[in-house]
Amino acid sequence: MSGADPSVVSIAQAAFVGVAPEPGVAKLDAILVVDEVRRRFGGLTAVDVEHVEVQRGAITALIGPNGAGKTTFFNLLTGFDRADSGRWQFEGRELVGVPAHRVARHGMVRTFQLTKSLARLTVLDNLKLGATDQRGEGFFASLVRPLWHAQEADIEARAEDLLGQFNLGHMRDEYAGSLSGGQRKLLEMARALMVQPTMVMLDEPMAGVNPALTQSLLGHVKQLREDGMTVMFVEHDMDVVHDISDWVIVMSEGRVIAEGTPEQISSNDDVIDAYLGAHHDAPLTAAEEQAQLAEIHAAIEQAVGEADG
Amino acid sequence: MDWQFILSVSLTTAFGPQAVVFSLAAIGLNVHFGYTGLVNFGQVGFLAVGAYTVAMGVDTFGLSFWLCVFLTFLTASVLALVLGVPTLRLRADYLAIVTIASGEIIRLVLRAARFRATTGGAAGIQNFAGDFFDLNPFTGGRKALNFPGTDIGVTYSANQLWVLFVGWSIVALACLFVYLLVRSPWGRVLKAIREDEDAVRSLGKNVYVYKLQSLAIGGVIGGIGGIVFAVSRQSVVPDSLGTALTFFAYVALVLGGAARVFGPVLGSIVFFFLSAFVDVALREAIDADVINFLVGSEVGVVRNILVGGGLMTLMVFRPQGIIGDKSEVAVSVRR
Repeated sequence: MSGADPSVVSIAQAAFVGVAPEPGVAKLDAILVVDEVRRRFGGLTAVDVEHVEVQRGAITALIGPNGAGKTTFFNLLTGFDRADSGRWQFEGRELVGVPAHRVARHGMVRTFQLTKSLARLTVLDNLKLGATDQRGEGFFASLVRPLWHAQEADIEARAEDLLGQFNLGHMRDEYAGSLSGGQRKLLEMARALMVQPTMVMLDEPMAGVNPALTQSLLGHVKQLREDGMTVMFVEHDMDVVHDISDWVIVMSEGRVIAEGTPEQISSNDDVIDAYLGAHHDAPLTAAEEQAQLAEIHAAIEQAVGEADG
Repeated sequence: MDWQFILSVSLTTAFGPQAVVFSLAAIGLNVHFGYTGLVNFGQVGFLAVGAYTVAMGVDTFGLSFWLCVFLTFLTASVLALVLGVPTLRLRADYLAIVTIASGEIIRLVLRAARFRATTGGAAGIQNFAGDFFDLNPFTGGRKALNFPGTDIGVTYSANQLWVLFVGWSIVALACLFVYLLVRSPWGRVLKAIREDEDAVRSLGKNVYVYKLQSLAIGGVIGGIGGIVFAVSRQSVVPDSLGTALTFFAYVALVLGGAARVFGPVLGSIVFFFLSAFVDVALREAIDADVINFLVGSEVGVVRNILVGGGLMTLMVFRPQGIIGDKSEVAVSVRR
């Protein structure tokens, strides 16, 4: 795996020069624009995003504490869940209410937090499945091999190529169920690329992957950007986020609370609060803490006095 | 004990009309369950639709037999749509619930006294397949086809031979059809849906449409099984189309090997051979006083116990079925 091409990196990062690090800020060339998207589960508001834009051709990280609504947000955008309200545009096309398979055909392809390798299909078949517009996937055409045989050969060549890139070439005829956790992540990413997407949505691509494979996976994610794709990914590990992302969007309790470059985010107080669960009125010094305690005591005594009197 | 007789009766049953019917029912289930992962517990409903499309079409509505055979493609597909449209967007269990109920609903409606003029009620409909038997090229009485130089073989009447000739040809065609389907990209999508439908959705395939197609195709194959069922007896009675039929078809499928083209056929043949073998062997043993702790009327129950125990043993030691792929099962268990 070659290192990131410096020119691509600088172009991707140049797009963010002068972009204010604040939630909902407009981007130079947004591929995805989200407005007022809400999703409630009973009384819980899982996602409540006012406005957010995703820059084309860059790697955008979506971070936030557990339960921040990152995966739900992903599910909404990719058609795997229905929003209660709101709208969003992908490449200028409204995608509200569009079912998942049509979202994928429009070029926005996702992977899953819990890897969905198709266990009893071979690694090669997993990839071949990803190709779109297959003539042999029609019921009647499937019965007549000459109709799809040539296309199938092309798809197979493309699949083999990707397997080579992802170091899975030697596993091509194994059942996907026999792969290790990290190999399944690679397989899923390669399979998503068979769709030839313009935007790849990776839900925790590094979760459960052993550290040795993490670097390789990171390399692949960077490669997506170099190949001209837009990447958005959910991640917990700040080191990973620092390493590969051009822009970071932070969610907490369903809202976008901060945006910025990785450097800006790591020094953002709101983000630190969200992660550490601190409160804005928490005491900063010992003297302040004493003063607050005294206040509370006074309030209690007053309340008790009133109750007695 | 007459072992030649026991083997001959067993073979006659193993390749008889019943085995054709269950082969077709199980081939349909193989498309549903083996390849697509759809749990259809109402395959008997599709058989009933096939059987009654022909019986009612000819007897009640005076249509041509061959037109009714053709109509079965339509009626079985309609049943698939009725069952599939509301349930296939939901989790897999909903299809199971709806199909197990629909099989019973169909049987109860067919036997309802109110519709006796149309469906024949509980007595069913008889003698509707004359057009089919008019074409019978076989003549004469019962024919024995023995292995060369032995008295072991199968014995069928001329009409049975005609049913079997056509029936096994249909089974062969159905196998070829399934083979062509599952080796294609279309079949790859089905197998992928069986593994994880969300993954398939994320790759831009309309999972719902594929599941509907699968349900209809397996249903039509089951419906054709229903025609063979009705024609082979020249009679169709609602109560012969009970829930148990679906589960025997599942036994045949799992015994032979799910997600294998010939699995359901082999499973049916082996299942009927074993059932008949145990049954006849027990009766012979009782007649010969080899077994004196059973009477003839108990044989049916004991047979079911023995065959059931045998199948359980097979599942323990060979969960993939007779011709299943062991590594495939190993992978799916580890998932």
